[in-house]
Order: sequence, then structure tokens, then C-alpha cells
Amino acid sequence: MTTVSDQQKLSYIAAQAADARVNLEIESEGMTLNLGPQHPATHGTLRIIARIDGEQVIRADPVMGYMHRGYEKLTEVRTYPQVTTLINRIDWLGSFANEVPFILAAEKLMEVEAPPRAQWIRTILFEMSRIANVVLFLGDMAVQVGAITPVFFAFRDREHVLNQIESVTGGRFHPNFDRIGGLKDDFPKGWIDETRQVMKKMRRFCDEIEVLVMDNEIFQARTRGIGVIPADVGLSYGLSGANIRGSGVDRDLRRDNPCGLVHDQIDWKVWTHPDGDSFSRFWVRLQEVRESTGIVSQLLDSLPSGPVMAKVPRIIKVPAGEAYVETENPLGAMGYYIVSKGDLVPFRVKIRSASFSNVSITPWLLQGVYVPDIITILASLYFILGDIDR
Amino acid sequence: MGLVPGLVKGLGVTGRTLLQTVFPGGFKKPIPAPIRGAQTVQYPHEKDIPAPRARGVIALHEGNCTSCMLCVRECPDWCIYIEAHKEKAPPRRAGGKPRKKNKLDRFDIDFALCMFCGICVEVCPFEALFWSPEYEYSEPRIADLLHDKSRLHEWMATVPEFEDHETGSVVKQKTVPPL
Amino acid sequence: MILALDPLYLTNIGLAVVLIALLKVVLAFAIVLVAVLFMVWFERKVIADMQHRIGPNIAGPWGLFQTLADGLKLLMKEDLVPEHSNRFVFKLAPFLAIVPAFLTFAIIPIGGNFESKGGSVRIFGYDTYLQVADPPIGILLFLAMSSIAVYGVMLAGWSSGSKFPLLGSVRASAQMVSYEAALGLSVLAVILQTGSLSTHEMVADQAAGGFLGFIPNWNIIVTGFVPFLIFLIAGTAELNRPPFDLVEAEQELVGGFHTEYSSFRFAIFFLAEYLNTINMSAIIVTLFLGGPSGPVLIEGIDWAWGILWFLVKLFVFLFAFVWFRATLPRFRYDQLMDLGWKLLIPLSLGWFLFLAALNIGNDRGWNPGVVVGVTIVGGFAGGALLMAAIRTARTERISQEVDAHG
Repeated sequence: MTTVSDQQKLSYIAAQAADARVNLEIESEGMTLNLGPQHPATHGTLRIIARIDGEQVIRADPVMGYMHRGYEKLTEVRTYPQVTTLINRIDWLGSFANEVPFILAAEKLMEVEAPPRAQWIRTILFEMSRIANVVLFLGDMAVQVGAITPVFFAFRDREHVLNQIESVTGGRFHPNFDRIGGLKDDFPKGWIDETRQVMKKMRRFCDEIEVLVMDNEIFQARTRGIGVIPADVGLSYGLSGANIRGSGVDRDLRRDNPCGLVHDQIDWKVWTHPDGDSFSRFWVRLQEVRESTGIVSQLLDSLPSGPVMAKVPRIIKVPAGEAYVETENPLGAMGYYIVSKGDLVPFRVKIRSASFSNVSITPWLLQGVYVPDIITILASLYFILGDIDR
Repeated sequence: MGLVPGLVKGLGVTGRTLLQTVFPGGFKKPIPAPIRGAQTVQYPHEKDIPAPRARGVIALHEGNCTSCMLCVRECPDWCIYIEAHKEKAPPRRAGGKPRKKNKLDRFDIDFALCMFCGICVEVCPFEALFWSPEYEYSEPRIADLLHDKSRLHEWMATVPEFEDHETGSVVKQKTVPPL
Repeated sequence: MILALDPLYLTNIGLAVVLIALLKVVLAFAIVLVAVLFMVWFERKVIADMQHRIGPNIAGPWGLFQTLADGLKLLMKEDLVPEHSNRFVFKLAPFLAIVPAFLTFAIIPIGGNFESKGGSVRIFGYDTYLQVADPPIGILLFLAMSSIAVYGVMLAGWSSGSKFPLLGSVRASAQMVSYEAALGLSVLAVILQTGSLSTHEMVADQAAGGFLGFIPNWNIIVTGFVPFLIFLIAGTAELNRPPFDLVEAEQELVGGFHTEYSSFRFAIFFLAEYLNTINMSAIIVTLFLGGPSGPVLIEGIDWAWGILWFLVKLFVFLFAFVWFRATLPRFRYDQLMDLGWKLLIPLSLGWFLFLAALNIGNDRGWNPGVVVGVTIVGGFAGGALLMAAIRTARTERISQEVDAHG
């Protein structure tokens, strides 16, 4: 017979007390609702501790870190080429876009520049990963509001984009295609024509979503005027990407700070929406997918010929120094701050991921909303758990 | 709200999709065939063919490997295990000194650990490692995912030729060495 | 004499009559169970096709036995009762959900020759209606049963001793109770036209005559389409089907009232839900679309035509419910309440008064134009008053909110 230790007794008493406390809470005015870490709506392991009164939220706190994988620390023991394979996994829906700012920062330190064809291909894949990422948001947002069909349409059409990414990079989700000084390889034959077809399909998908989701009166009732972020509050919380453009702030790093990518070579538009509610965020993202398909098509037309790799040494040693590069990723501004001591491995890497800042506004935003709106607001902020926890 | 409520237009979209799925032949051939109309792939019965560049499984061309250990060192999660010993090989020219040659004893890749980044394939200077788009090698036991050198060599048969590049490319065309 | 409307019971009640009655009960039970099996299969197939998928296709031909397989799987699962639950109520709730669902089906006429024989068919030499019972209270039984079914959902959520089901049951009680009012008021419009509560009488009434020779005398036309729409919307809400599925809202409440249920208790809830869907479609067909009435095209098998027409009409609504589910997003709780209390109930009440005025006008020989005119004016006045009331309440609420938060 096993003896019960004092420790076990104590923990049992503590558990009983915790249960009693929970029961008391049910009977008292408010009640604490744990949304997550395992909840069908938080697509990942974000936990929201919501203090609710009836269906109204008094206070909501996000708890992050259930999926912390320590990438900032891991990069300190990986050589520069090895790091890209790790940071693929930060925002797993738009993986290629994760590699770009890191590679650009390393290139900045090494003072090499990718040849023009590589820059073009980088931008094309960057925008395609944005499409692959945001398309899923368009379906997922509808699912969180309760319509089940759009997400299947999203999966259906994202497949085409992923297939194109796979046939260039070899990986559907984790391309690991970007190299310091250029790219691993060039497009395979026939890829450009196929991609043009895919972009047409994506535009058709956007039309479909517009009719199926955005024009729907119930969807509008659920999202218009819900989760309004005023521009100044959004900026003070460090929001970026479509979330801040949905609040009417005309800020897009692709246009404002085009380092290494060729967005300035073509004709495109930054979409903003003045309302700042869930609907405007959805609207802005829908327009951005359309705009991205246009960007990809234009870049395919003007693709220069030439090599895709600059001359870089076989063993990459980055000279000592510091560099920070931020790009407009699908989820918002993503930046890498690299500190190098002239070694094979970075001395320190700080990853500024968009979702972390985007989610940090939730305690402010969720005050006083209804329980169903927690879900739609979180969906409209659009975060990837890997991007929050890194 | 327009002339037609959005709800009704949305119902129209799903209704149209239903017809598209059930009658892929359109008006000309109104025969229900949802298997053809569906966008899904019925996996065990039909198989998706991945792109030739797809990173499915790593194949080893054993004859080309010199056990230089570059792949082992460059692997981000250290899932490649190589053991080798030196062997005397007959001299190239008659009457020359016998050469020393690395003989591969063990070349294992633990696919349970592998992140499928492709760095090993890229750094190999002797064209001994290749990607194959094959993907059907899951195992009930996790230990069986450790492929030894004979298993890795078997994958060589599934390695496709490298594709041509798009016009305007100056990347050198690679070839798969014969077995 | 609760069952006396059926001609079966007007003859001498002997063993044969009792056996026929029993046969009807057993048959109805079997039909409903099989119908649920196929309804689930049908829903999954149709939704799959709407999403470019195939749906169940492994179990049986075209996956027909998928539901059976799922049911067997649930039967063999471990039966879990949460520790903090109220065990008695927890075990009682599934039965409160399923028994009313079965009982509702009893009053639905599913066949019969309404062309020439007044809706009866001949079985073993006895004339009888093709429905289990035709009580004089008729449609009230349906309303009563749907009210009891609320308890099943409500108690299930409450007794689970868990937070998400509790929220679900709170929503269920409010939603189903408030939509029952709109449901009842739109049924009243039909009762006003038919003059009877008996479902059989309603069908017989709709089978008679028509306008211009080809437009049927269905209540959907006679009552002017609005009660039908209200009944359809309120019925969907009563069923907890999308877009009114707040009670089980997967994304918010992780399944709502049945989160804690597993094994066969969950299967019972599942069964009850689909039973209710079939029942609601059948009730809509009975109330508004003339039930099994329809032309008998081939003499001799006249009983089959009634069943055929009934099934065709039923199918339309089953498909509509599935279509709604595949397309529409979900309402929020307060929006649902707004829709119910501020739109559907006043509208159905106003329409009921309008129909009553028309009827009285017909009896007294008033000019129908004047009646319609007065109603429109009255309706607008009432609507404006209601809007004003709602707006005032809203501004009041907002100013209170502003006061409270500075």
C-alpha cells in the first residue's frame, strides 16, 4: 500500500478549494470562463480568461506561451543557413514571408545584394505566401461567425497556391528557399503560366467570398461596429498590418520601406478602411488578397533574367554588427534584429512578430463585448499561435 | 442591402457549388458524378502526385558518398548518423601505391527527427543525396522511421529527373547520376 | 373521446381496430427512426456537395449506413457522467428531449386520399387516417411538445455542472421560449382560416377547392405568406439549427448544452435534433402546404399519392434546412432576441389581427379595400410607435451606459 505524502494531501486540499471557489464563482455575480488553451475557436493554444457577467465580458486576459518553442534562443546555436528552416515555423501559414526579413537583415550585415531576378522571385513568393495565409483567414473568419462552407472554399483554393509554392521550393508549408545572397533555385519550366491561372482562380475566390460572406446581412450584423479599434489606440498597442489599416491608418511597409523587395517597381494600392471594426479588418484583407494577385501577375510579366544567387562564400560568416529589418508580412510587420559577433552563428536574434502585438490589444478590446464577439474579434485580429509564442 | 438580399445571394453560391459538384458535366451531361466533381482526393484509392521538387524523403546514392560528414554537421537538428572506416583500395594505376578510401559503415537518417529542410542535400558536394517526392513511408513504430543506408538507397529509384528551368534562368541544370 | 375524429374509432372497437392502431404506432416509430438515419446521411451528403466534397461514401452503398455506424460507435463508447453534475437530471434530460420529438410525429397526417375520400384510406377493410392520432387539440400538441423539449436542452446544460453547457442552457431557455411566441402566433393565423385545431381538418380544408382552378387552396397563400415566413424562421430557431444554433454554437460554446454528454446519451440528443427537424418540416407542410393533399394521378393506388405528395413537400423543407446550415452564419444572442421580440412577434401579431379583420369584414360584408386600407394605416401607426419605443429605450440605455462609465 502506498502512503500518501503530505505534499499530495496538500495538493488535494488545494484542488478541492479551487473547485469550491469555481462553484462559488458560478453562484456569484460574475463567472470566470476559460476559453482555451484547448478550444475550437482559438485555432491554437491561446487561452483567454474571461470574467463574464451573463453573456457580457467584464474583463478578458489573454494567456500566451503555451506553444513557446524558444526560437530566439535556438537561433543562437544554429548557423545562418540553418536558421531559415527554424523560422519557417513561426507563422506556419505564410512561411516564406518569415524567411525574408531575416535573410534581408543578414544580407544587410554582409553587405551583399541579391541579383534582380532573385529579388523578383522573392517578392512573388512573398506575395503568394500572403495569399495562402490570408485566404485561410477569409474562410476562418466566416467559420468563427458560424458559416461552415467558406472555409472549405478557402482550403480548396489555397491548395492551388500551395501547389505552386511547392513546385518551386519543394515544401508546401516550410519552403526554406531563401538563401543569403539570393535563392536556392529558379522557377521550373511552365510555372509562370500555371501561376497566372492560379491567380485568376484566387480572384474568383475573392468574388465568391464577397458574395457568400461579406454581403451576408447576418455576417455584417455580427461584425460591423464590433471590436472597434480607434487609430490612436491601435498605434499605441503596436498593431500592424491589416489590423491597423482597418482602422484607417495608411501604413504599409511594402510601400513605405521597400528594402530588398521590389514592391516599388510596380503599380499597386494600399487599402485602408476608416471604421476600425471587425468588418473593416475583413474587408481590408479581402482587398489585399486581390491586390496581391495583381502584384504577382505584374511581377511575373516583368521578371528579369539572370542569376538567382549572388557571390557569397560557401561558409557564411556574418561580420560583426547589428541590423534590423522589418517587412510587411501577412500578419503584419515582422522584423528580425540580428546581433552578430562575426561568428558562424548569430550572437542574438530578436524576433518582432506581428501577432504578439496584435493580440496584446485584446484586454482593452474585449471589455464589455458579448461572449460570441470574443470569438469574432479574435478571428478578425487574425493571429497565428506560432507567431505569438515563437 | 442591394436589390437581392445578401442572404439569398449566399444561398445561390452554395446552391451553385452543389450543382457543380454533383453534375460536373454541366448541362450537356446531366449525370450525377460527385466523385469527379469534388475537389478532394480520395487518398487511399487515388493519389495526389506531388511536384518533382517536393521534399518527400531523402535518397542516398551510396557510391557517391565519401563520408565527408558535411551533411551531419550542417543538419539543424542532427538527425544524420554516419560511421565509416578507412579501407585500402587497389591503386588507380598499375604499380602505384594502394589508395585509402572511406568505406561507409552506417548512414542513418532519423525521419522522426528530420525537419525536411533540405540543407543536407544542398551541402553535399559529391551528389550523394537527393530528394524524392515519395511520401508513403509512415510507420506504426517511431523507431522504424530511422532509415538505414540500404533503405535510403532504395529511395534512389524514385528520384525524378530535375526539371528544366523557366526561360531567363541561368541556373545550371543538374542531373541525377545513374545508379 | 380524444381519438374519436378518426373514422377507425367510429366503428365497433374490436381486436382488429386495436391491432391497426398498434400497427400504426409501430410503423410511425420505425418510419421516423429510418427517416432520421437518412436525414443525417442526406444532410452530410448535401453539405459535402456544397463544399466540393463527397461526404460519407465508405459505409454501405453511397455511405448510406454511415449514420448506423456512427450510432453503433456511440453505443459502444464509455458512458461518462461528470462528477459535478446533478446525476438524476443529467440522465433524465436526453429523454425529455427525445420523447416529445417522437410524440409530435403522431399528429402529422402522412398520407390519405384527400381528393375523394376525405383523407382516409382503407386498411384491412377499415377506413382510417394515415396518422397515429388525430386529437381534437391537434396542433396544440405540437406546441406543447416543443415547449417540453426546451426542458430537455435546458436541464441538460444546467445539470452538466460545467460552464459552457450552462451558458448554452441559458441561451436555450431564452431563445426557445421567446420564439415559441412567434411560432404560436403564426399558427393562430392558420387556425383562424381553418377553424379547427385538428391537423387532419387543416389538411382537408386546404385540399378543398382553389383559385382559378390551378392555384391550390393552401394556407401559405390564404394567410398571405407572412405567417409562413415567420413560422419558417421561428421554426428554425426552435430547432436550434443554423443560423440560430447559438445553443450549441461550436465555435463559442464548444457544443453548448451537450458538451458533457457522451456515448448513447449524446446519440439521443442527436437523434432528437434530427427528429425535430423532420417534425418541423412535416408541420410546416401540414400547416401551410396542404400536407398530403394533391391530385391523384393514377386511380387504384390512391393511398400512395398522398404519401408521395407529402414526401415531396417534406423534402423541399428538409433541403432548405440543410441549405441554411451550409450557408448562413450564426446570429448573436442579443440580435436573436431583437429579431424575435422586436420584429417577429409584433409582425405576426399584427398580421393575425389583419387576417381577423378581413374575416370579420367578409362576414359583415364590409368593403375589403377599406379594411386593407385601415389595416395598412393601423399597421404603420403601430409599427412607428414600436420603433419609437425601441429607439427611446435604446437612447435611454446608451445614456445610462455613458453615465456609468463617465
